[in-house]
Amino acid sequence: MSLLEIEKLRLDIAGIPILKGIDLSIAQGEVMGIVGESGSGKSMTALTVMKLLPEASRAAGRVTFDGIDILAAPEAAMNKLRGDDVGMVFQEPMTALNPVKTIGEQVAEGIRWHTGASRANAEDRARAMLDRVGLPERQFPLNRYPHELSGGQRQRVVIAIACALSPKLLVADEPTTALDVVLQAQILDLLRDLVRERGMGLMLISHDLAVVAEMADRITIMRHGEVLEAGPAADILAAQKHPYTKQLAHASTHVPEVRRSHTPRPVGEVAPQARMAGERPEDRSRPPLLSIADVVKDYPGRRSSLFRKPEPFRAVDGVSFDLREGQSIALVGRSGCGKSTLARMILALDRPTAGSIRLLGDELSDKSEPQLRPLRRSMQVVFQDPYGSFDPRHNVERLVAEPLHLLETRPDRAERRERVAAALAEVGLQAADMEKYPHEFSGGQRQRLSIARALITRPKLIVADEPVSALDVSIRAQILDLFADLNHRLDVAYLFITHDLTVARAITDDVMVMHDGKIVERGRTGAVLDDPQSEAGRALVDAAPDLERALARRNAPA
Amino acid sequence: MSAPDAATPPEGIGAFLRDAFSNRSFLIGAVITMLIAAMALLSFVWTPYDVTDLVVASRMQTPSAEHWLGTDHFGRDILSMIMVGARNSIAVAVVAVGIGVAIGVPLGCWAAARGGWIDEVLMRFNDLVFAFPALLSAIMITAIFGPGAVNAIIAIGIFNIPVFARVARAGALSIWPREYVLAARAAGKGPTLITIEHILPNIASILLVQGTIQFALGILAETGLSYLGLGAQPPMPSWGRMLFDAQTRMMVAPHLALFPGMAIVITVLGLNLLGDGLRDLLDPKLRRRR
Amino acid sequence: MTVFLLKRILIGLVTLALASMVVFAIMELLPGDPARLMLGMNATAESVSALRTQMGLDDPIHLRYLNWVGGMLVGDFGRSFTYSAPVIGLIAERAVVSLPLALIALVLSTIIAIPVGIFAAARRGRAGDTVSMGAAQIGVAVPNFWFALMLVYVFAVWLQLVPAGGFPGWGGGIWPGLRALILPAVALALPQAAILARVTRSAMLEVLGEDYIRTARAKGMPRRHVLWRHALRNAMIPVLTIMGLQFAFLLAGTIIIENVFYLPGLGRLVFQAITQRDLIVVEGVVMLLVASVIVINLLVDLCYALVDPRLRAAR
Repeated sequence: MSLLEIEKLRLDIAGIPILKGIDLSIAQGEVMGIVGESGSGKSMTALTVMKLLPEASRAAGRVTFDGIDILAAPEAAMNKLRGDDVGMVFQEPMTALNPVKTIGEQVAEGIRWHTGASRANAEDRARAMLDRVGLPERQFPLNRYPHELSGGQRQRVVIAIACALSPKLLVADEPTTALDVVLQAQILDLLRDLVRERGMGLMLISHDLAVVAEMADRITIMRHGEVLEAGPAADILAAQKHPYTKQLAHASTHVPEVRRSHTPRPVGEVAPQARMAGERPEDRSRPPLLSIADVVKDYPGRRSSLFRKPEPFRAVDGVSFDLREGQSIALVGRSGCGKSTLARMILALDRPTAGSIRLLGDELSDKSEPQLRPLRRSMQVVFQDPYGSFDPRHNVERLVAEPLHLLETRPDRAERRERVAAALAEVGLQAADMEKYPHEFSGGQRQRLSIARALITRPKLIVADEPVSALDVSIRAQILDLFADLNHRLDVAYLFITHDLTVARAITDDVMVMHDGKIVERGRTGAVLDDPQSEAGRALVDAAPDLERALARRNAPA
Repeated sequence: MSAPDAATPPEGIGAFLRDAFSNRSFLIGAVITMLIAAMALLSFVWTPYDVTDLVVASRMQTPSAEHWLGTDHFGRDILSMIMVGARNSIAVAVVAVGIGVAIGVPLGCWAAARGGWIDEVLMRFNDLVFAFPALLSAIMITAIFGPGAVNAIIAIGIFNIPVFARVARAGALSIWPREYVLAARAAGKGPTLITIEHILPNIASILLVQGTIQFALGILAETGLSYLGLGAQPPMPSWGRMLFDAQTRMMVAPHLALFPGMAIVITVLGLNLLGDGLRDLLDPKLRRRR
Repeated sequence: MTVFLLKRILIGLVTLALASMVVFAIMELLPGDPARLMLGMNATAESVSALRTQMGLDDPIHLRYLNWVGGMLVGDFGRSFTYSAPVIGLIAERAVVSLPLALIALVLSTIIAIPVGIFAAARRGRAGDTVSMGAAQIGVAVPNFWFALMLVYVFAVWLQLVPAGGFPGWGGGIWPGLRALILPAVALALPQAAILARVTRSAMLEVLGEDYIRTARAKGMPRRHVLWRHALRNAMIPVLTIMGLQFAFLLAGTIIIENVFYLPGLGRLVFQAITQRDLIVVEGVVMLLVASVIVINLLVDLCYALVDPRLRAAR
């Protein structure tokens, strides 16, 4: 009999149907991967198993765990179950721990509650568990507080809490989504080892098929509160029977049409004509658009004593590079490597401590705001968060027209509307969308709006900070297509800031790898990603989840 | 999962009104506030009796058909006095809140936009004003510069400045790091323009809520001052003064103390309910949850 | 932690110094000659001028300020001319009424408000929440002096359980004194308790929506346990802030309440001193109240640091 059996589970929240008859089972010691995009109901399925649903929700159907009817179980029985027989790991490690309690208290608490162990005994067991998840006593004594730990370390604490009593089932809801790829790989390794060594079942929830592909025995694909396909991982991944599964699999390796011929590939695959067609006149010979030399940025450090001046923190450390007209460059690196700080300085939103940043030959860093205006026209920005990048109180016309403020002569209303309409058309939206407000658009459409806003002054350079990482994979492919198309048609140069190598591979000519404030490697995208030379580059490439590699590994005899 | 900043105007007046009518706090608060305001306005043109009429023959009557709420120790009609008193309390509170908003909000926005030492100076100024118990200072000001409605307004208004400065600053600081502000900066807009176009509209709702709270506190403060004899001066009736006069006659005519007090409680209650309702209506997070 | 506290202490001292300048400046700006006020209208010009010299009123302004501040630092607050007594003595005599009054009110308000707030948050949306928060909503709207009048009417006039006003002093034992302070303290405390209960409830609700509460529940901790062990401590930060502000409010509230109950406290002292233009008394009492507000705020900061480990580390 299965450890967890979910039959015809339906869930309404405040009258809105979220789950529409889910069937799912997990056997003892099995890893079940649940894959779906936002709104698929995968998180709510997990919370139903824990019976930690929002107040206004009503569940129907059957959920049986270890012979216990979860939906009918009283709260006291659930309290016995949670943390003892079922553990849970959440998506957001930064907020998942109580800020006023030490990590030791938080791990030991569950142990004491469930086993009735003495404080000393529970602390010993908490200590052992923290050692096991990679937080050794020397650096991470029990009396550490969560704010003293990084995101990856906090996620390890959360895992320690969930696994402290070796539950029969571990529920992990997007456990690595908030982390960069290198940390993601480490956390996934840890989960895999823990599950194996303790014989736990694992419900691993992710939006990324590649993440699940490497871990799962069986896979369930969900969309809009329904199960589309379920079965052994190898079958699902190899056959890709359901069109949606195929779409998910392809979306993560998507390369825009206009770039396909352009992207370096193994020699034999590319027809000579296609190569000719893809080669554009630009490339190496064109003049530099942006030229950066020895840029340094220091931030004041944290004061640890009243009498000692705090050591400054160096976020960007002597960065130099050129970006040519029409060129598309990716700046990749782990979170905290200084790539966003660099982007802000290029956009003249922040001034460098030292060094020079030139756009079209003009120095940015010593100019006053009025002097910057003509330069800002040539340089616009697209941000990561499709929700936060628009003032919710302005309509689309006003939002998209905002950069027109930079023009010497302000266009009149008719001309303004014309230009906004043109920009909207450029990104595949309608002129009629002008009267709408941002909340009336989906995430992907908002990112189109964001691009329209960036395009309206006809800039030569667009700096895009993680422009697709908040989007579902299928939407992401469309936005990448749009970026590639604009680069091709309008000859806009891009600086893409990303930690996602598939994005870099999809639409950039060159890649720069940044690590600890320095650029440690630069080269043609294909070359760097296929054979990274720097240690940081290798770490990124090795850690990136890759569906094909996962498939190859599965098919290889164990 | 990620809550977009759903805002009020884009969803249309219709949707807002629909929500407003299903929000009990807002509805009750708005009705009470409007009734009190209407009563105050009415008192300019009509009251049941003239509040300057002293009819010693009908002193301290209990409520009756002629005098709905009875009469005071000079035979004046209590209902009429409460109506005129409302005018007074509301005027003082409105102007005092106005002073706080007019000076405090620009200060707070300025500090948030500039940061650095300007911000530090403003915060220290706030600490300084908050160190003086507000009512004590109001008593000092009115006592020293003479009692009266105008000085009461100034005294209460001064203490509204740091309140609004603080709320505006905190609100503005939470808006400044948003990506749409960065995008506006990338569009070459300066701090003043960004404050006008993006910051103020987005902190308007928290200022509105704070405004209703300060309005209620202003009425409480005004009645306190006039109770101590430092507010509006006789013969102008005021709620606080009526309570003071009632205190010595508690044994014989407790209703003298009851009605002005009820007037204060109902007014302040109405404003607080209105503020609560507005907060629920304007806070996108709370709206989603419902 | 020490850096944080030292910074707060420094800010407190700066605030106190600025406050003293403001108080001094206001008193300086006032019309009227203190010496003339003290001696009365019939005094000769010579005697007024002699007194001015004796009081140091002819010294340059910064010297007078320094003398005043220096005096206060060693406990010399000057002499009141209406009482013909040292201000420090008057303050000491009155503080034994006001201080217990404010403290009883603060304690009363806290022990009522925090449990009610937690109770309401735990029962969000149910009858207990609706009733207690409805009562709090009304409590916030009640002016304390009117509430005091109603209490007097019910408990002193009608039921005759306690005196309607006045203060017998502590000489006759604790009980008669305490009896006289019960109604004033309740009148001060309840409206404040209403505010604090609302703050506690909303702080608790905010915290109960946090991710770490879900983590604790996923550990198998029962709701009640999570409420007390995880939520309460995090919710204390806004609650402490309001308590700090309320102390200042209570101090000011004593002025009105002491007038309602004819209590010989600091509030009544300063109120009478203002109306009689006994400025030296006003200056002294105001500075004392300001200093106690600053000290309370420092204590609140200290509590922050105790509650929140992030503050202990940062800055």
